[in-house]
Amino acid sequence: MKIDIILAGVGGQGILSIAATIGLAAVDAGMYLKQAEVHGMSQRGGDVQSHLRLSDKEIASDLIPEGKADMIISVEPMESLRYLPMLSPDGWVITNTKPFVNIPNYPDIEQVMNEIAKTEKHITIDADKMASDIGSPKSANMIILGAASPFLNIEFVKLENAIRFLFKNKGEEVVNKNIEALHLGRNYTEKTL
Amino acid sequence: MQKLLLLGDEAIAQAAIDAGISGIYAYPGTPSTEITEYVQHSREAREKKIKSTWSANEKTAAEGAIGMSYAGKRAMVCMKHVGLNVAADAFINNAITGANGGIIYLAADDPSMHSSQNEQDSRFFGKFAMIPVLEPSNQQEAYDMVHYGFDISEKYKTPVMMRITTRLAHSRAGVVRKPSRAQNDIKLPDDLRQFVLLPAIARKRYKLLLENQNKFEKESEENFTQYFDAADKSMGIIACGIAYNYLMENYPDRNIPYPVLKINQYPLPRKQVEKIMGECAEILVLEDGYPIVEEMIKGFLSKGLKIKGRLDGTIPRDGELNPNIVAGALGMDVKIGKDVPSLVTARPPSLCKGCPHIDSYMALNEAIQSYGTGRVFSDIGCYTLGALKPYESINSCVDMGASITMAKGAADAGLTPAIAVIGDSTFTHSGMTGLLDAVNDKSNITVLILDNGTTGMTGGQDSSATGKIEDICKGLGVEENHIRIIKPLRNKHEENLQIYKEELAYNGVSVIIPRRECIVALNKKMRAKFSQKEKN
Repeated sequence: MKIDIILAGVGGQGILSIAATIGLAAVDAGMYLKQAEVHGMSQRGGDVQSHLRLSDKEIASDLIPEGKADMIISVEPMESLRYLPMLSPDGWVITNTKPFVNIPNYPDIEQVMNEIAKTEKHITIDADKMASDIGSPKSANMIILGAASPFLNIEFVKLENAIRFLFKNKGEEVVNKNIEALHLGRNYTEKTL
Repeated sequence: MQKLLLLGDEAIAQAAIDAGISGIYAYPGTPSTEITEYVQHSREAREKKIKSTWSANEKTAAEGAIGMSYAGKRAMVCMKHVGLNVAADAFINNAITGANGGIIYLAADDPSMHSSQNEQDSRFFGKFAMIPVLEPSNQQEAYDMVHYGFDISEKYKTPVMMRITTRLAHSRAGVVRKPSRAQNDIKLPDDLRQFVLLPAIARKRYKLLLENQNKFEKESEENFTQYFDAADKSMGIIACGIAYNYLMENYPDRNIPYPVLKINQYPLPRKQVEKIMGECAEILVLEDGYPIVEEMIKGFLSKGLKIKGRLDGTIPRDGELNPNIVAGALGMDVKIGKDVPSLVTARPPSLCKGCPHIDSYMALNEAIQSYGTGRVFSDIGCYTLGALKPYESINSCVDMGASITMAKGAADAGLTPAIAVIGDSTFTHSGMTGLLDAVNDKSNITVLILDNGTTGMTGGQDSSATGKIEDICKGLGVEENHIRIIKPLRNKHEENLQIYKEELAYNGVSVIIPRRECIVALNKKMRAKFSQKEKN
């Protein structure tokens, strides 16, 4: 069993906390993991991606081969489209719908959503709004992770535990909000399917 | 022992701690920065009193490490590939002096130039210095090789280089630790003239280095080199470092029909190279970076065996390798997913909202209008993004510190006033000496030292310049009334503009220091303060 995930977003949006949560849960589940991150110049508001690979066998490459990714998890809608060449024909696109506009020529958001709608399997979720609704705007990431969780083949409780571990220094309140966010995302996808 | 989930950089740092270093010396540079940061944040390293303060530049870092090695202790020095250019004088001559305590130079290359101005291959530098070079293919090997590297450094009294690339540096995987060993005690070199490179001594030392070449080659043959035989000799594959992973990725069952020589150590393992070239009809060379191995085994006239790689077009001549490129080189069918929809636009990196450099550039653009554009020489840091829209303020970014010296040269040529834009950390890295040249020559230049109090681009490390810039400028001979400190803020635009104009009009060296804290550093500080309050 293997899961190859492209995590996409804009530098500073914090895709690495999604990666860290999945990574921790996967290691807890006894899986092999490789995760290629982007540090440096692109982190200044440029497009960033992370290759996250999980498997029950040893993993060779740090990079996912093109056309082989099982899913794209994106915290920004246009960024989810940038990595379509990486996605396998039956792969999922799970993306936030809230655009991050830091360039003057950001395309029309309706057209962006139309392009996402053209992919065979996709989940679109307004994670920013849902996170604000529970009074925790910073938990949008965990809502998106929750929305992707049904496709991850990792026990849900392991993701919860990973959040508990990663956010423990930030206090009980932050941990609970992020777990709530994870559930919200999960429920959203389960209802949508 | 337990398995840790570590970046390649972190695996190297943990290994250095476990292998008993007494100091790590570095200047921040992507993709090498996280090595030193890991040591700085390690409680274990603190308890062991391992030195890990940032150096002013890669040359001072290397020299610090050489000094520690002289005193008999183990040291690591880390840099990005172009940092090795800065440290080259120390590096090459350290190969001649040899080591006392173990010393490893860690050079992190950046093929595809994710965060760099070129993709030079540090293995060339290793060959140039004629020292052993280690090139791990994964995080565990990186960890293990640091231990081995210190072993052979002390066994042969030689510095050792480890070369990694961005992909390994910034990729995470499970790593198993080895038992840690104690640091060395102080022990002076047996020969107190070992490090005195007077010609008569240097000639002897150089002969020793030459004699060691066969031993280094034997080390390569007997350690991290692996040979996997297979039945189909129509082709043999030489895979160096991380390229081996991309090869394996294309054989999910791990059964490769051709013989494979996995190279992780240089000088090239002669025995195994002879074997694969003797048995196979042609050779495919997979290596990230320059075609150095390919060139060596091919020879200038290319009259022997058919060698495929970057030089004959089997693999693109530039850029990082990946599984698909290697699949193509193996003649496999490469299936990629859907095309990127045409509406997806580029999202280049940009200066952060609220960044002080924005205000500095807005004022500069207006101030030089009367002189005309094309006269601003800049440097390496976040402010290099000032080359992009909407600022388009700067006209050069070449190497660390080049802004001031290029401005001087352009002013010498008659392009006056010439302007230099350099960051605080870059200024103390390599800008100070150039400023001295300009002062000595009374050059008509205006130098902007953008002081945001941090080394921003690499993620906010301490800057050697903090609190010292005016004094350094004064000490170098810049006239005090032409050292102007301003606060780059939108509501101070007019006031600042006036100061820019005055100094541009001055026929001599002037320095303007726009000083305001990096917005990312400030936000981080505020968040820490806020969460501390919440806890209380």
